[in-house]
Parts: sequence; C-alpha cells; structure tokens
Amino acid sequence: MARYQQRIGMRTYVFDDLAMLMAHASPERSGDHLAGVAADSAEARVAAQLALAELPLARLLEDLVVPYEIDEVTRLIIDNHDAVAFAPVAGLSVGQFREWLLSDHADSTSLAALAPGLTPEMVAAVSKIMRNQDLIAVARKCQVQTRFRGTIGLPGRLSTRLQPNHPTDDASGIAASTLDGLLYGSGDAVIGINPATDNLPQVIRLLQLLDGVIQHYNIPTQSCVLTHVTNTLHAIERGAPVDLVFQSIGGTERTNRSFGIDLALLAEARAAALSLQRGSVFADDGQRGEHVMYFETGQGSALSANGHHGCDQQTIEARAYAVARHFKPLLVNTVVGFIGPEYLYDGKQIIRAGLEDHFCAKLLGLPMGCDICYTNHAEADQNDMDVLLTLLGVAGCSFIMGIPGSDDVMLNYQTTSFHDALYLRRVLGLRPAPEFEAWLENVGLFAVGSGGSQPLAQLPPRFAQLLADTSGNL
Amino acid sequence: MANTPIVIGNPWAELRRHTPARIGLGRAGISLPTAPLLDFQLAHAQARDAVHRSLDAATCAAQLQALGLHTLHAHSAAANRGIYLQRPDLGRRLDAASAAALEPPPNSPRYDLAVVIVDGLSALAVERHAVPFLAALLTALAADNPPWQLSPTVLVQQGRVAIGDEIGETLNADLVLVLIGERPGLSSPDSLGLYLTGSPRPGRTDAERNCISNIRPEGLPYPEAAHRSAWLLRQARSRQLTGVMLKDESSPVASLAGPVSEFSLIGGLLGE
Repeated sequence: MARYQQRIGMRTYVFDDLAMLMAHASPERSGDHLAGVAADSAEARVAAQLALAELPLARLLEDLVVPYEIDEVTRLIIDNHDAVAFAPVAGLSVGQFREWLLSDHADSTSLAALAPGLTPEMVAAVSKIMRNQDLIAVARKCQVQTRFRGTIGLPGRLSTRLQPNHPTDDASGIAASTLDGLLYGSGDAVIGINPATDNLPQVIRLLQLLDGVIQHYNIPTQSCVLTHVTNTLHAIERGAPVDLVFQSIGGTERTNRSFGIDLALLAEARAAALSLQRGSVFADDGQRGEHVMYFETGQGSALSANGHHGCDQQTIEARAYAVARHFKPLLVNTVVGFIGPEYLYDGKQIIRAGLEDHFCAKLLGLPMGCDICYTNHAEADQNDMDVLLTLLGVAGCSFIMGIPGSDDVMLNYQTTSFHDALYLRRVLGLRPAPEFEAWLENVGLFAVGSGGSQPLAQLPPRFAQLLADTSGNL
Repeated sequence: MANTPIVIGNPWAELRRHTPARIGLGRAGISLPTAPLLDFQLAHAQARDAVHRSLDAATCAAQLQALGLHTLHAHSAAANRGIYLQRPDLGRRLDAASAAALEPPPNSPRYDLAVVIVDGLSALAVERHAVPFLAALLTALAADNPPWQLSPTVLVQQGRVAIGDEIGETLNADLVLVLIGERPGLSSPDSLGLYLTGSPRPGRTDAERNCISNIRPEGLPYPEAAHRSAWLLRQARSRQLTGVMLKDESSPVASLAGPVSEFSLIGGLLGE
C-alpha cells in the first residue's frame, strides 16, 4: 500500500493509501463521517487536498481504490482505458489537470476527445480541489448529445423528465399529471413513471398507457417505467412497448449486486431494447436513435449496501459513471438529495454534491441530468433547490425532473416542478429539445416569444375539447 | 397584453379529483401563484415540525396505562435529533442506561410479543395513532386461544426500527412489533409504520420483517391496519416465521373509495 503525506508547519499528515487520501480530501459531508472515512479536522482536509494536487494523474491508473481482482467495475475502468485519448494530460498532476481544464486548451472538442482517456478516479480527484464555480465552468464546456426520438444535450437546450407518479399507479391520476406536464412544456427527456409496485402486469399496463399517449399525439419523446431491469426484460419478452431500459446503478460490483444486477445483465437488457428498433430515424443523418438506457445514481448508495471498500461516497459515485458510459445511455441522473441527511446533511452538502456529480459525469462523456431534490428530514428547502437549479442551468445540465408542484406524492420527496423548468429556461434563455419544441408550437401550446418559446394562455382546441368531453362525462 | 389576466388559471385543475398531485396550479408569468406557493410552504413546515418534534412520552404512557398496558421508557444511543439524523447506526441501539433498565429479573417468563413504540421520524404519528391503533389491535386479538402473553410495552425516543431487535431479545419475546413514525411526506406528516420481526436479536435484516405502512385515518385506517396485523401476528406465531417468507394474504377489507369517472388522454374515457 502506498502511503501519502503532507507537511503543514510542524505537523506531518500521513494517509495510509489512496482511498484514505481521496476521502480526506473530499469536501465535508455526513455520509463520509458515517462511513468513518472523513478528515477529522479542516486542516487535515486541506492537507489531503494539497497532497492530492501533487499526485500524478497517471498514478491513478496503477494505484486502485478498489482492487482489480475482486471488482468487475474496476476491471471495466482499467480494461477500457484509452491511452491515446489520455495522452494530452498524461504528464500532469491532479493540480495541473485542474488548470488545464479551466484553460482555453479545454473546449468542447478537446474535452470530448479526452473523455475515453479519463477514469472516474481522475475526475473525482480533480473535483475535490475545485470550487463550485470551477465545477460549473468546466462542465459548461462539455457537450454530450444523445438521441432516441429527440436530441438531448444540444447547446442552449434544457430537457425535462415528466414524472407523473401516483401513489397507487391509478391510470386516470397518471394521465392527469401527464397532461399537466405536457401543457407546461415538460417531457422532452422522457415521460418516466416510478411505479408503486414491481408487479409485472402493472408495469406493462403503464408502458402501454404512455406509449398510447406518445403515439396518439405524435410526441417526439420516449417513455420509461422505472422498474428493475429484470422486470423490463420480462416486459420485452411479453411484447410490451419498451423505449428505454431503466436501472439504478452503483460504483462497485458489491453495490450493483445489492441492486440485483451485474454488467452482463445490463448488456443483455440493452441488446433486448435495441432489438425493438423503436427509436426514430433522424432526417439529418439518416441514423436511428439508439441510446436506449436510462440510469440513476446517487452518492451514498454504496455505503448503504456496504459496498464502499473504505472509499468516500463521491469517488464511488463517479465510478458508477464508468458503468453508465459503457452502455451508451440516453439519460443519466443523480438523485442527489433523495438518500437523506445521513449522507448529505443539508442544502450546502446537497448543492455541492449535485455540482460534483454533474461535472464528473459530463467530463466522462455522459448525458448528465440531475434530480434536484430533498427529503423532509434533511436541512434543506425550496430555496436551496432554487440555488442548485440555477447553478446547474448555468453549468449546462442536460435535463432536470418535472413534477406537479414539486411534490412527488408517490415517493414522498420534493423535486423540481414544471414551473421550475420554465423559470430556468426563461432566465437563462434555454430551450427544450428542438424536436419537442417544434411539437409544442405545432400543437399550439407554445409560441415563440421573447427569450424563446413560451406557453400560451389559451388552450388549443384539441386539448380544450378533451377537457370538455371529460367534464361532460361526469 | 392588457387583456391578459395577471394569473393564468388552468381549466384542467378539475382533474385533481383523480390524483393528490398538485396539478393545475396556474401561473403568474411562468411562476407559481401566491396561494399554491404558500400551500406548499405550509405543508413543508408541518412536515419539518413533525421531524423535529420530541415525543410526549408521559402522555403516551398514561394513555397506554388506560388500555391496561404497563410501560417502560427507553432512549437510543443517539443523544439528540441532530445526531439521530446523521447516525442511523446509533438510533438502532439502546443507550447504556436503557439497556440496563430493560434487563428483566432472573426467572422472568418468555413472552409471545413485545410491543415497542418508537418516535422515528415523526413523533406526531406516534402521538396521534399508536394508542388508538393498539386499542383496535388488542380488540382483534382478544379472543385468540391461547391468549397472547404480552411483555411490558416499551416507549423509545430517538429510535429506528431495528432498536426493536435488541429490546425484543432483552425482554425474552418471541415476536417484536415496532410501531414507528415514518418519514413525513408533504401531505402526510403523521404516517405510522408497523414492523413485525420474529426471534428478535441485533443483526436481523429488513428481509426478516413484515411491514404495514401509512397507518392513519387518511391512509390505512385503524380497523384495516389492525385486521392485517392481527393476521400477520397469528401466522407468525403459528408458523414461527416473519419476513419475505410470510406473504400478507389477509382478506382485503372493501375499499372505502367511491367510484370516480376515469380520465384518459386518448379521448376522455379510458378504453380498457
């Protein structure tokens, strides 16, 4: 085991191994204290950051925080590392890498070319010595585009997942929230339901419901029911209309096993979804949209599965992005504040983690979004979410959640609302995915106004008639 | 623009009869109107207050006494709410004084069941629903043969579900039933949860428990919750198991919800 040390004045701080150095360098959060891996003083934390800044980036390819022999995620990271892509930064230390990222050497082209040469541990390490504004400035330079029926991640665009959850999966309730979202311009990333149960016939019924709406209104978007990957595989076998395969993933083999998955299972599911060929063929390049995976992650899941191998939660989180990028996802998001205050205690820690996760994933080449959220036992509120929302908008976040009035009545937590997305688009001049924006205008819900497309006060006849018919049936 | 109202209402707000979700809120510009903004703030404030409220253990004990239940008091190893929220491991263990106080005298009997009432993340849920639910449960179990041998009831502050394992083992109980305040949602600051665990001892996992959630008049009403938990208790006692091997097959109580005309985005009524 390599030992690292840093002298500050008369005191020498010693870090037994790389995992300990990374953990002690991590900005403070409750989950690292819970794991017993956090620095025990503010000075010790900065000592670790000083030592980490001196570490050669290339060292992170040899000194592994989770052993190669016992972890398939480590093997995926090492075996797929692209040394040619890594060459431009191969001679830099972690501290110099920060400067390179902030310099004009790093633009969207050079960052995209570099991504296959970077490992999660490299991006996690550099993030630990970056301020929030650094994380924003660099992430904003990254461009990652993905396609299924629309294009996610173009510059100046912000997409949303419409999340029409209902406590009992009631079809009318889900339809009502879906309508609310569509009329507020939400849903270009995906219309995605967290089902109340993993009951397979229920999952298939929800898939059919969403597919019916997308086809009936010819909406350039995709659906997803966020159930376990094995459930989605069964649904595909039974002929259900599956657009995207969802799965929660973690950064170690043991964490993934606690989720009931491994890399082979994800590969099988991706192949099954690709075989359905449900993506659109795009006019500009004649290619079918073949990004068929949707992943969720979040700091702390490895510790709660006892799969963290003595690492800090942010480093393990970044390793989950290596799993994600192997399967070419349409969408990835961290569910940053969902896990609770034992991992991220307050608004300050949630905001920091959201910016870190977005930065690390973008640098690794992922279409990264964020579920900007909190639970009622965290020291956080709507004002904290407004701050993270605005910062992630500036950072170029690919997509955020959209839910009626910020209140998820199924999962009992608070995330961003349809109104929040419209706020962010208006104040930053951001627009929905181009195909979805054209649909909103064609059906008469939005019209081009100052600062892009804006909702109209009058419902178009088709939707007014739908509501009139519904009222008539009472 | 002069003819445009300041607040633009949503004609689909009537669809709220289909969902508790906050749909059809309307907008001022693209932002929330004042009334739904403050509705949300109130719900969040109530949920926050529920999380930080401390359990009125004396009143609870008096109400349990009125049901004929003797009560013991205990505290977890989490000294206060701040520690409790950040250290779930401490909330699963008794502090030293409580562990000593619960130790029964020599030659104490074995019990069928220990009821452990824990504040969890909502003392409000415990104060409102633990005693009336327990009254309904005792009524449901009253005619069972052999009669249930209950240990003293334990009231725990700053506790998590698994603290029942240590308590059940200490009291020599075959089953432990934990009633605990659940994490408050915006529209449900007072949901009571119930966890049944067989052969309790530290180290039991969630897969070895049966859970009934959202016990409160607006969620799962007391009679139905008592009916389902009495079924689980009888099965657990006779089959000597709890957890994933014990599926809840209690006969359902007829739903109280009235018929609601269905809504679909594809032509008003659902075609299913």
